[in-house]
Amino acid sequence: DLQSTNLVEVCMALTVVSQIFPREMIPAVLPLIEDKLQHSKEIIRRKAVLALYKFHLIAPNQVQHIHIKFRKALCDRDVGVMAASLHIYLRMIKENSSGYKDLTGSFVTILKQVVGGKLPVDFNYHSVPAPWLQIQLLRILGLLGKDDQRTSELMYDVLDESLRRAELNHNVTYAILFECVHTVYSIYPKSELLEKAAKCIGKFVLSPKINLKYLGLKALTYVIQQDPTLALQHQMTIIECLDHPDPIIKRETLELLYRITNAQNVTVIVQKMLEYLHQSKEEYVIVNLVGKIAELAEKYAPDNAWFIQTMNAVFSVGGDVMHPDIPNNFLRLLAEGFDDETEDQQLRLYAVQSYLTLLDMENVFYPQRFLQVMSWVLGEYSYLLDKETPAEVIAKLYKLLMNDSVSSETKTWLIAAVTKLTPQAHSSDTVERLIHEFTISLDTCMRQHAFELKHLHENVELMKSLLPVDRSCEDLAVDASLSFLDGFVAEGLSQGAAPYKPHHQRQEEKLSQEKVLNFEPYGLSFSSSGFTGRQSPAGISLGSDISGNSAETGLKETNSLKLEGIKKLWGKEGYLPKKESKTGDESGALPIPQESIMENVDQAITKKDQSQVLTQSKEEKEKQLLASSLFVGLGSESTVNLLGKADTVSHKFRRKSKVKEAKSGETTSTHNMTCSSFSSLSNVAYEDDYYLNTLHDRGDKELKTFSLNSELLDSESLTELPLVEKFSNCSLSTPSLFADNSMEIFHPPQSTAASVAKESSLASPFLEETTEYIHSNAMEICNNETISVSSYKIWKDDCLLMVWSVTNKSGLELKSANLEIFPVENFKVTEQPGCCLPVTEAESTRSFQYSVQIEKPFTEEILSGFISYHMMDTHSAQLEFSVNLSLLDFIRPLKISSEDFGKLWLSFANDVKQNVKMSESQAALPSALKTLQQKLRLHIIEIIGNEGLLACQLLPSIPCLLHCRVYADVLALWFRSSCSTLPDYLLYQCQKVMEGS
Amino acid sequence: MIKFFLMVNKQGQTRLSKYYEHVDINKRTLLETEVIKSCLSRSNEQCSFIEYKDFKLIYRQYAALFIVVGVNDTENEMAIYEFIHNFVEVLDEYFSRVSELDVSFFNTVFHGTWQAHSSPYQVLVLALEDDPTSV
Repeated sequence: DLQSTNLVEVCMALTVVSQIFPREMIPAVLPLIEDKLQHSKEIIRRKAVLALYKFHLIAPNQVQHIHIKFRKALCDRDVGVMAASLHIYLRMIKENSSGYKDLTGSFVTILKQVVGGKLPVDFNYHSVPAPWLQIQLLRILGLLGKDDQRTSELMYDVLDESLRRAELNHNVTYAILFECVHTVYSIYPKSELLEKAAKCIGKFVLSPKINLKYLGLKALTYVIQQDPTLALQHQMTIIECLDHPDPIIKRETLELLYRITNAQNVTVIVQKMLEYLHQSKEEYVIVNLVGKIAELAEKYAPDNAWFIQTMNAVFSVGGDVMHPDIPNNFLRLLAEGFDDETEDQQLRLYAVQSYLTLLDMENVFYPQRFLQVMSWVLGEYSYLLDKETPAEVIAKLYKLLMNDSVSSETKTWLIAAVTKLTPQAHSSDTVERLIHEFTISLDTCMRQHAFELKHLHENVELMKSLLPVDRSCEDLAVDASLSFLDGFVAEGLSQGAAPYKPHHQRQEEKLSQEKVLNFEPYGLSFSSSGFTGRQSPAGISLGSDISGNSAETGLKETNSLKLEGIKKLWGKEGYLPKKESKTGDESGALPIPQESIMENVDQAITKKDQSQVLTQSKEEKEKQLLASSLFVGLGSESTVNLLGKADTVSHKFRRKSKVKEAKSGETTSTHNMTCSSFSSLSNVAYEDDYYLNTLHDRGDKELKTFSLNSELLDSESLTELPLVEKFSNCSLSTPSLFADNSMEIFHPPQSTAASVAKESSLASPFLEETTEYIHSNAMEICNNETISVSSYKIWKDDCLLMVWSVTNKSGLELKSANLEIFPVENFKVTEQPGCCLPVTEAESTRSFQYSVQIEKPFTEEILSGFISYHMMDTHSAQLEFSVNLSLLDFIRPLKISSEDFGKLWLSFANDVKQNVKMSESQAALPSALKTLQQKLRLHIIEIIGNEGLLACQLLPSIPCLLHCRVYADVLALWFRSSCSTLPDYLLYQCQKVMEGS
Repeated sequence: MIKFFLMVNKQGQTRLSKYYEHVDINKRTLLETEVIKSCLSRSNEQCSFIEYKDFKLIYRQYAALFIVVGVNDTENEMAIYEFIHNFVEVLDEYFSRVSELDVSFFNTVFHGTWQAHSSPYQVLVLALEDDPTSV
C-alpha cells in the first residue's frame, strides 16, 4: 500500500506503520517512508513524519541518518507537517539539547508567527491560535535555553509576547501561561520575565477555580526551587490549601512544602504529612509519602524524641510496603551515631524505651518491618537501660516469638536479638525454654538459630567475648582465605571426595551435554541451563565434600547451613556478588550480628571439634577460592582450545590454497607449490591470497601469544634474518614439520613485504618492525615530480597505525619534510615518535607513522592531510592527500569463550536483527562465517549446528557480539553490543560482505 | 505523554478506549474500573486532575459520559483538559449533537480518526481538516 498511487491507501498504510510496526521490520520500509517525505500532498508528508517519529521512539539509531530531512520537515510550508516534526525535535532535544542549539532561531520564529496569528484560522481554538502548538514550542525552548544564556537571550522577546498575548480568560490560555512560566523559570533568568511569571502564578493560586489553583500550586512547586521567597507571598493561600477538602490539592500542597522544608519548619510539615498519611489508603501514595517523611526526618530532625517518634509513625503506617532502604538507613544511623557520643546514647536509649512501651501495649498489631527494627535495637542497646534487666527484655521478645502473626523472617531477627542479650542476662529460664521450643522447630532456619544459641549458651564465657556490648559498628576480621579449612579439604580429598569444580566449569560440562538441544537463542538457553547447571552440580559437590566425613558431621552441617537469608545466596552468579548485595540490603539492617553469629559458631566449633562443622557461607567462600585457583587451569585449557582452533583453521586454509593453486595448474609437490604462491600468482589472485595471509597471520599470532615458547623464538630468529634468506629458508626447508609451521607463519608477511617492497621500494629495516602485524598494501595516494607518497594501514592490536612513506624521486635533497593531518571529528590521531625527519636524501624513502584511535562509530571517513617540504634551499611546496578509513579498520577479533559470550550477550541492551541472503557459493554456515572472519575480522567462537557465535571489538574496547543462524539460503544475523550504534554499522558491513561475495 | 484515552459512562461501561502504551487486556479492565471509580468519587468542587499510581488522570464529564485521559507527569494538565473539550467539540460537529449512542455505534469511525502517536495536538489538527474522518 505504501507504493500505491491512491492517496487514501497510502494514508492508511502510513497510519498502520506508525501504530503497530515491529522494530525488526523498520529497515525494510524505511526508504519507502523517506520517499514519502517529498510527497506533494501534505497529509502524506505529515503522516510520514509521524511514522518516522514512531521509529525514532522505538529504534533511535535506525533513523539517525535522516536528521537532515527532519529539518526540511520543520521548514515545511504546511503547518501540520511542521507541527509533526516538533514531536521528533522535542524528543531529540530532551536527549541532547546541545546538538540543536542552532535551531533555536527557527523555533523562536515559528512561535512568533503562531503567537502573532499568522496561521490559518482553522488552527484557532476559541480564538487562540494553535494553543497546543504553542505549548509544544514553549517546551522545546525551555529545554534549549536551560543554563545557556546566549540561547535564552534569543527567546526573551517571544516569551514576553506570549505572556502578553495570553491575557484572555480561557482555560487554554491558562495552559499556555503555565507552560510559559515553566519555560521562563527553566531558562537563564531575566528579571522582568520572572516578575511577570510570578504575577501569573499569583493569579493562578488565588483563583477560585479549583483547576487553576492546582495549576498554580504545581507551578509554585517548580518555581520554589529557584526562588523560595515566592512562597512567602503566598503563605496564606498555601495554608488554606492545606486544609482544602480536595485531597489532590492537599497532596500538591504537601509536595510544595516538601520542597521548602528546612530545620525550622520540619516539625510542622512532617506533622501535616503524617496527618495526610493516616487518611490515605492508596498504597502508592503511602510508599511515596513515607519515603519523603523519612528523608525529611533524617535530614532536619530537631531532637531525638521527635525523630524516634516520627520514625515510629513512619514504620507503623508505612509498614511492609515501604522501601527497604528506610529501616536500613534508620538502623545505620542509630548504629553509627553522630559525632557526639552522649547524644548517641540518649538517642538509642530513647529508642529502646519507646519500643518497650510500644511492646507493652496489648493487642496492637505492628508491621513486620517495624518488629524487625525493634528487635535489632533491643538486642543491641538494651544494656543502656537501668531499670529493666535483659531478662525482662528477653521475656518480651519471647512473647513476640510465640505470637502466630509474626512471620518467620521476623522470628529470626527476634532470636538474633535474644542471642545478643543472653550473655547479659543472669537467669535464663526463658532462654532455655526458647531453645527447647525452637530446636524442634520445623523451620530449618529457626532450628539452626536455636542450635547456635544452645551451643553458645553452654559456654557463657565464650559467648560474652563473642557478643560484646555495643560493637555493632566494628568490623570483624574474617579469614577470607579460609586457610584453617585446608586440612579439612585435604582430608576430604584423600578420602576420595571429588575435587570441587567451579560453577562455570560445571556449566560448561552441562552445556556440552546439552549441545544437541541448544536451539534456543542464546539469551534463553544460557539462563536456563545456567540455572539447572547451578542447582544439581552444586549439590553434588557439596555432597562429595561431605561424603568423606561421618554422618554426624553431615547432620550438623545441614544444621549450621541454615543461616538466615541463605536462600538468597544461591544464584546463578555464584556466591560473592550475592553476598555483597546481601550486605547491602540485609546487614544494613542487621549489620554485624549475623556475621558475628557466623563467626561465633565457627569459633565455638573449632574449639570443640576442629573444623568439623562448616558454616555455609564459609564453605561457599572456599568454593570461590577454589574456583579462582581452578580458573587459572581453565584459562590455560581454553588457550589450548584456541590453539587447536587456530590450527584447524589454518589447516583448512592451507588446503584451500592448495586447491587454488591446483587450479592454476602448477602442481607438483607441496613445497614447490608454496614457493610458487609468491612468485607466480597474479595480482588478482594476490588479493585473495592476501586475506588468507591475514588469517594465517592471525593464527600465527594466536600461536605466539598462547605458546610463548618455540614458535616465538623461531619467529624472532627468523625476523632477524634478511629478507632473501627467509625466502629461501621457507622454500627450501618445507619437508620438516616444524619448518612447515614456520612457513605457514611467515610467508604472508613476506609476500606482502615483497610486494610492498616492489611497489614502493621501502627500506627494509622499517618493514621488520611492522611485519609482526597485519597490514594492507601500500597505495600511492599522491605524487608530483619530486615526491610520491604512498600509505598503508597496519592493523595493530590496540590501534590502527597509518604509515605514510614519502619517496623522494628527484635527485635532490629534501629539507624538513613534514606531514600534517587535518583534525577529524571521529578520530584521535597521534603521531608516533621519530616520524619527522629533517632531511630526506635524494632517492630515498622516509616514513611517517600515526596511530589512529576511533572516538565514534561511523561507516567510512576520510582522513586527509598534507606534506610540506623544502627542496634544497629553493622553494617550499605542499602536497595534499587523503585516505579512506572504514569502520573495519578498527574492528578486531574478540577472543572469548562461549560462556563469556552468553554472559555478555545478556548484559547488552542494544540489538539489531537482520536477515541476509547468501550467495550460492557460501550457502553453508561455516563458509559464510569464514567470509565474515576474513573480511570483517570477527572471531568465530563456536559453531553449533546451524548456528554460529562470533565476537569482535571496536577499538579501543567496545565489544560486539553476533549470533548467526542459517535457514535455507538466508542467514539471520543478530548483533548485540554495549554501544548503540555499532551493531547498525556492523550489520551494514556484513550485508556488504555477504552480498558482495 | 498521553498513556491512554478512555470514554466511560457512569455505569462503568467503557465506550471507547485507546492505549498508547502496551497494557495487558486483563489489566485494562481492572484499570478502567479503578479509573472510573476514582472519577465518580469526586464532586464538582474538586479539581479535574487526579493522581493515580505513577501517572495523572485528567477527566471531564459530559452528561453521563466521562472522558478520562491518563498522562505522565511531564504533561500540562490544563492543556489536556482543554484538549478533551476540543475533541468533544469536534465530535459534536461531526455527528451534529453527539450523544453516547453515537460513540458506541460508530466505533470504527473513531478508530479511523485516531492518530498513531501519543500526542493530542495532532489529533486536533487532523480533526480540523475535513477529509480524513471519512475513512
